[in-house]
Amino acid sequence: MSELLLIVTIAGERVALPAAAVESVVELDTLIPVPRAAPHVAGLSALRSRVLTVIDCMRSLELGATDCSDGIREAAVVELDGHHYALIVDLVEDVVEAASEPAMVRAAMGPGWERVSKGMVETEEGPMLLIDIAALIAGAEAKAA
Amino acid sequence: MDDLISEFIAECREMLEALGGEIVAWEASPDDRARLDSIFRFVHTVKGNCGFFDFPRLEALSHAAEDALAEVRAGRRHPDPVLVSAVLAIIDRIAEMIAALDAGEEWPAGDDSALIHALQERAEVPAAPVAATVAEAQSKAVAPRTIRLSVELLDRLMSGVSDMVLARNECARRLRETTGDVAVDGAFERLSTIIAEMRDAITRTRMQRIENLFVALPRMVRDLSAELGKQVLVDIEGGDVELDREMIEMIRDPLTHIIRNSVDHGIETPPERLKAGKREIGLLSVSARQSGNQILIDIQDDGRGINGNKLVEKAIAAGVMEKSEVANLTPREQLALIFEAGLSTAKQVTAISGRGVGMDVVRSNIERIGGVVEVDSTLGQGTRMTLRVPLTLTIIPALTVSVAGQNFAIPRSAIDEIVRANGESVTLEKLGGAGVATIRGRRVPEIALSDVLGLKSDIPEHERSLVVLRPAGADVYALAVDRIHDHEELVVKPAAPAVMATGLYAGTTLADDGSPILLFDPAGIAQVGGVKLEAHERASRIADAPAAAAVDDTPVLLFRGLDGARRAMRLAVVDRIEEVPADSIRPGAGKLRVQLGETILPLAGVNGDLPGDKVRLFRLNDGAREIGYAFREVVDLSILGADLIPATSPGEISAVTLVSGEPAEVVDPHWLFANFATPAGGASELICRLPTDDPWMQNMLRPIVEAAGYRVVSDSDEVEADLAILSEASDKDAAAARTIRLRSDPDPASDKDETIYRYDRAALLMALKSAGAGGR
Repeated sequence: MSELLLIVTIAGERVALPAAAVESVVELDTLIPVPRAAPHVAGLSALRSRVLTVIDCMRSLELGATDCSDGIREAAVVELDGHHYALIVDLVEDVVEAASEPAMVRAAMGPGWERVSKGMVETEEGPMLLIDIAALIAGAEAKAA
Repeated sequence: MDDLISEFIAECREMLEALGGEIVAWEASPDDRARLDSIFRFVHTVKGNCGFFDFPRLEALSHAAEDALAEVRAGRRHPDPVLVSAVLAIIDRIAEMIAALDAGEEWPAGDDSALIHALQERAEVPAAPVAATVAEAQSKAVAPRTIRLSVELLDRLMSGVSDMVLARNECARRLRETTGDVAVDGAFERLSTIIAEMRDAITRTRMQRIENLFVALPRMVRDLSAELGKQVLVDIEGGDVELDREMIEMIRDPLTHIIRNSVDHGIETPPERLKAGKREIGLLSVSARQSGNQILIDIQDDGRGINGNKLVEKAIAAGVMEKSEVANLTPREQLALIFEAGLSTAKQVTAISGRGVGMDVVRSNIERIGGVVEVDSTLGQGTRMTLRVPLTLTIIPALTVSVAGQNFAIPRSAIDEIVRANGESVTLEKLGGAGVATIRGRRVPEIALSDVLGLKSDIPEHERSLVVLRPAGADVYALAVDRIHDHEELVVKPAAPAVMATGLYAGTTLADDGSPILLFDPAGIAQVGGVKLEAHERASRIADAPAAAAVDDTPVLLFRGLDGARRAMRLAVVDRIEEVPADSIRPGAGKLRVQLGETILPLAGVNGDLPGDKVRLFRLNDGAREIGYAFREVVDLSILGADLIPATSPGEISAVTLVSGEPAEVVDPHWLFANFATPAGGASELICRLPTDDPWMQNMLRPIVEAAGYRVVSDSDEVEADLAILSEASDKDAAAARTIRLRSDPDPASDKDETIYRYDRAALLMALKSAGAGGR
């Protein structure tokens, strides 16, 4: 049985998240900033009495910042090491089945993408970049450290 | 099948945990049938289940242990230390295997035959060090009926109840907006109460008896003391105190570390203890008690104590402190150095502790959960460590504040006081960009929360509120915030690593309206804000002195005398504070005297036992003469108020007054100098000429002459003498204003004889006195 993938758009690019890791897709309204936190931590939000740490995927990839001023953003909720995170994405599209194991991308990618890439998977919608959620949450600073 | 195995693992683990203490207790009293039975029951259970699950190695081990124990039960064998150690080894191996089984790993490779063989040995060896639990273990209460629940389920319940509370709050708000219907309000009230009760009950499900933490201690101490060749008796109290489950996990490591330290460095070996006049067996007592919303855990040993001076030396050597800072440390501050990174007083690094990492980790771990570690030690008598931890990790009383429109929470336990920046007793100053707040005469570093967070606050500085925080038990700083809101009990959860990485926050929580709030870590804010916490308290003491003197008040040093009384000494008469080895204090010429380098000073203030090792004393100076005044510790620098209650009779204490809100005795320096100081030498002294070739004069007479206030010169010294003393037989004429001649015959030779009998002390003193008076 092949892995299910959630297709989302980050910085205008369609990528795949492992669907098993995604608990739900929510629309964030309130966002409490966390002063002094790493830039890709957009803030905190609450979901059913749980605190979500909101990650701005575009900043994590160093591809600019998501504009949160207009209020409601779509986000994928994931759990990592007991903490819940909301990953802000441009758009959540669909769930598809992976048609292959992740393979190495041999062409050069942008540095941000390179860091979070788990390889390329074939889907019925063509090849997709599979994203490493932990690397996405760790952000740009983790690599430098 | 998997379910059965996991059930088996859970059961084994539970029994194993309880068993560690049982075995050690059994070793101490081998005739205790109940303990023997419970150990037997464990191996029997394991054996039975292993056969069923087909774990041959586990089965062989438990079978061997069961056999040996059965013999003991039948009275055919005595549980000697060899047997106990062998049984312990087997139980350890079983625990390893079960842990591996639980983790789904391969079993640790190895052969168990050595362990099994050890059971058969009946070698006669010297008795192993004994460790035993006393007190509570003696009478274990019957366990209440329980069921096993997954933590996940509890957490779900907990978050469900939290949601319910939020929904209730929402409901309450809606109800207030609409017109009140009494019946609806009543029903809602009832619902509210039920929800509150439920929340309490659910919270309690997270509580665990601290016993779970304590059961492993006797075993650990036994193994440690055996390894170190020491004898330690463990006394455990207060195991029924309940603590949040997560909290218990958080204090497990610090507690273990402190106990290892106590056994390794604190408690001496039996010969050392006997030499020090103590019982051979060291006593280590661990107790827990609840005090308000805190749990206090005391770990006390009767070992050799901590040498504060050694710590100070180490601190200087390690570059943690400057030499100049050290002099003003109180003993308590000296001991607190043990928590500095990189310090360890142990001469040798051992495998068990003493690598200089550890106590600093202990402190940071305890502080991370909002607790405090305190240390108290008397050299030669023992050490007590106290862990103060909040009752629960999850519900923290907190103060909500806001800055730049955003709400934050500060744990209430760290808050000393709250003042308004424009209040009467508060002044704010900037020194080179750094903020200094003076609150009722106390200088504390001040930082603005908006600066720390990098937010822009539109509230002018003087309209903010200052929250005075005391994060590490002793050091304070003021945090300027825009607004103070409310005291709330907040359900705090750990924040994500990315948030914790800022070092500013201790966790996150949800406000009643459901929005997240960040909870600050007061120590973290100080660090990020650049407040030098440790250095502050020490520095302020020195900085205070000139500032206080400028005011038209009498500055006094508040200290504790050797008898423990709180006293105040006028600062002006204190030349400096000295620390001398205790053996430099000796009685001499009817008074206690202390040797300070080349000089010997009379010593006052000895109204209690002298400390065994080092004595601290004030060096008092009246301009011409000096005396020493021994004391235990300096408490503070303060100002003498006007309301002195004079003492009824003259003495060391001239008055009693309130200093810093507590009574203190004011020491009378005039009385001290009048009663202790030796007459000053110098220009006004009288000179007496004594013949150097007369041994009697030099050895017997000279001290009397000197005591009468004369400086003795020899007969060849070219100075003008006030008096010369010659023997009757001497035909020399001494160059002096007056001459006393001494005879060796008690009876005068004639009536005109003006000589004095050399042993007529009264006449001699009279003559010395009159010569002194007449000479000037």
